[in-house]
Amino acid sequence: MLPTRRRSPLPDSTVVLHHEEQHRPELLHHFADEQQQRDASSLGMWVFLATEVMFFGGLFCAYLIYRHWYFGDFAAASKSINMALGATNTAVLICSSLTVVLAVWAAQTARRTLLIGSLAMTMLLGLTFLGIKGIEYRDKFVEHHIPGASFSFENEPIPGHTGQYANPSHAQIFFSLYFVMTGLHALHMIIGLGIFLWLFLAAWRGRFTPEYNTPIEIGGLYWHFVDIVWIYLFPLLYLIDRHP
Amino acid sequence: MSGHSSASSSPLKMYFAVFFALLLGTGLTVFAATLDLGPFNAPVALGIATVKATLVALFFMHVWHASEKLTKLVVIAALFFLLLLLGLTMTDYATRP
Amino acid sequence: MEIAIPQPLERENYLNKRYGVWSWLLTTDHKRIALLYLISITFFFFIGGFFALLIRLELLTPAGDLVQADTYNKLFTMHGMVMVFFFLIPSIPAVLGNFLVPMMIGAKDLAFPRINLLSWYLYIIGGVMMLHCMLTGGVDTGWTFYAPFSTNFTNTNFIEAGLAIFVAGFSSILTGLNFVVTIHRMRAPGMTWSRLPLFIWAHYATSIIQLLGTPVIAVTIVLVAAERALHLGIFDPKLGGDPLLFQHLFWFYSHPAVYIMILPSMGIISEIMACFSRKRIFGYSFVAFSSIAIAVFGFLVWAHHMFVAGMSVYAALVFSLLSYAVAVPSAIKVFNWTATLYKGSIHYDAPMLYAFGFLGLFTIGGLTGLFLAALGIDVHVTDTYFVVAHFHYIMVGGAVMGYLGGMHFWWPKISGRLYPEGWARLAALIVFIGFNLTFFPQFLLGYIGMPRRYYDYSHMPEFQVLNVLSTAGATVLGVGYLLPMVYFLWSMRYGKPASDNPWNAAGLEWKTASPPTTFNFEEEPIVTWEAYNYEELDAPHTQEVPVAR
Repeated sequence: MLPTRRRSPLPDSTVVLHHEEQHRPELLHHFADEQQQRDASSLGMWVFLATEVMFFGGLFCAYLIYRHWYFGDFAAASKSINMALGATNTAVLICSSLTVVLAVWAAQTARRTLLIGSLAMTMLLGLTFLGIKGIEYRDKFVEHHIPGASFSFENEPIPGHTGQYANPSHAQIFFSLYFVMTGLHALHMIIGLGIFLWLFLAAWRGRFTPEYNTPIEIGGLYWHFVDIVWIYLFPLLYLIDRHP
Repeated sequence: MSGHSSASSSPLKMYFAVFFALLLGTGLTVFAATLDLGPFNAPVALGIATVKATLVALFFMHVWHASEKLTKLVVIAALFFLLLLLGLTMTDYATRP
Repeated sequence: MEIAIPQPLERENYLNKRYGVWSWLLTTDHKRIALLYLISITFFFFIGGFFALLIRLELLTPAGDLVQADTYNKLFTMHGMVMVFFFLIPSIPAVLGNFLVPMMIGAKDLAFPRINLLSWYLYIIGGVMMLHCMLTGGVDTGWTFYAPFSTNFTNTNFIEAGLAIFVAGFSSILTGLNFVVTIHRMRAPGMTWSRLPLFIWAHYATSIIQLLGTPVIAVTIVLVAAERALHLGIFDPKLGGDPLLFQHLFWFYSHPAVYIMILPSMGIISEIMACFSRKRIFGYSFVAFSSIAIAVFGFLVWAHHMFVAGMSVYAALVFSLLSYAVAVPSAIKVFNWTATLYKGSIHYDAPMLYAFGFLGLFTIGGLTGLFLAALGIDVHVTDTYFVVAHFHYIMVGGAVMGYLGGMHFWWPKISGRLYPEGWARLAALIVFIGFNLTFFPQFLLGYIGMPRRYYDYSHMPEFQVLNVLSTAGATVLGVGYLLPMVYFLWSMRYGKPASDNPWNAAGLEWKTASPPTTFNFEEEPIVTWEAYNYEELDAPHTQEVPVAR
């Protein structure tokens, strides 16, 4: 096992050895023992995810209200985004959640190759997701569906109501929420990629063992949460009214 | 860290089972969206999404086997307040003339 | 008054352990971070107070003759934003909470000391952005920055102010996260939930609100900024948006935010009341659960800020009823504090004077909230000075009084010095008088019809008398606030060194040295006694004098 890098204490921090202890260097000194540190880290991530639920919740609230008010316009706008790409991205994220749990299991069972491979695969799938998202955004740009000065949504029929056309302003609200919601989601994905890069590098250097793998576990929690948000975004944004 | 890890192969079986269920759910959602279910299109889609999210939370995020009740409490609290935001706001929008 | 002789503290403690700017700016010691916050929030208190002074000067005369209308709009906006987001919301949790929570539960530090430092830096970044916004013209939207004015019509740089609040909000979320994890995971052996000081219960409840409410205003600011930059139409009625949606999302946080401001203060009051009545708080469990109840119920009532905005009247009925319900746990606390006084051995030290002030003023402020919760009355007094008086009674008469009481109570622990008691009692009296003189006339003004946020009331010159009284009171209040700043600073060099427990108070924090060492406790305490064990502390065989002076 490779020697682990000791965290250097900040000046005047509580991380100062003032009595000799035989303990692992990962134990931070303000904690009584490793179990407490593990429990605190885990609870900390869960509580943070609760805040993220409320963060996205505000957007879901706005979305639900306007979908209720402007169902037809939203349906027309929804039809113009690519359902196949959205479904593919859903599958990509589900695969990445699998690779994440495999990484956690690999760390718990000291399977170094599987661990590093799973972490790398997770990142690859995350990049795939972002790549597909990029394609979708580019399509919207080309079709002038990005809200703002160049937005245009004329003569788009409302599904199921022949002869009726969507109100461009209401469609713009759909696209505004679409970009803010998927944009924030993508931002969280990018942060997740950063986290997993760090985990990958640490795993490469042999930092994680069956006794100490909390960072992978809590990084995994974050990733699964981002997946769950997408699980809801996909049907809400892409599947409003897709039947012929 | 899993306080009680069972025999090393059984979590794997569970993970793959959930994985296939999630993919199946996705396919089902897309298929159902192409059918005309009247007012039930949205509830069906959201229902399947909720099942998927629950599977991820319970099994991938280990909430089902969580040794700490607190984890489950945090999840329930977050959902409660989210529903509060959505629900109480809707009391205004649903009852405006 | 004795001759001031500088008396340096000899023993090593968290203040003198290391010197140098970087040992402070890179500290992870919760006590040093608390002091960093203390300096920062005091600075912003002055800024917010300065704007208040200008507002009150303008309102001395009915005509709008001191500043122009646009400037006045900026004054009340900046006063509100600075006071709410950069003073009241952080103050007690970031200063007293950071300092005391680990010590009260027997821990060496918070669960995530580096995140604690990050919280302070986020606060500073938000503060610098807000200062920059002020220096480049300020914002005139009101602290409530309603759409569509903030999104479409204001000519000021709202996006910068909004982002400043966003960053400061993130600071608040991380502080709440730290407290929740610390309280759950780092209590010393024997420190069960039912032995926790009520200060801890209050901060736990506050943290729940910070965690679950702040993200909603954060995302609202994102939407407003996006709409302002790109003309999206989410809140613009001309494009199909609903301005009321903004208000729902805004108040979903901002109403619970007021409970973020008052709950920590209530926690302080519990500690002070117990110590200076030498009694356990009456109905400890009721007070503890009421704190949680306030946090939860506080999320159910936000639309009472929107009764006249155009919301559905049926929903308004529901929110009105819920607003009555939210008063109940607060009332329970007031009854319990009062009952604590009964047959207690009351000592009238400065912290207790602030606590008494809190008790009366919070009650008045809280009861007037019930007036506002009634739909019929609200129609008449909403957006008048009645509302302004209501929330200042709670925020200033309640939260700030509690904050000052707490600063006095724990000053010996924080600084290792005693403040001068005579001056402190005088200052408490001046604050109480100044406060009532400033804000009581505003209830009357609102009731007789003076609208809020108006710089010119020359259509009703009979408002002037009460406005003059209010401004006079503000000057007195200002003096009352300056005094503690002066004597606290004085005491750091010339004050008598304090013993570990000058008040003979209950609580683990008093078992540390004054000031504490960096790790708080020499060894991990093991708790075998109940909270507020004043009978044991005051039993005749103890060495310490009941109230040390």
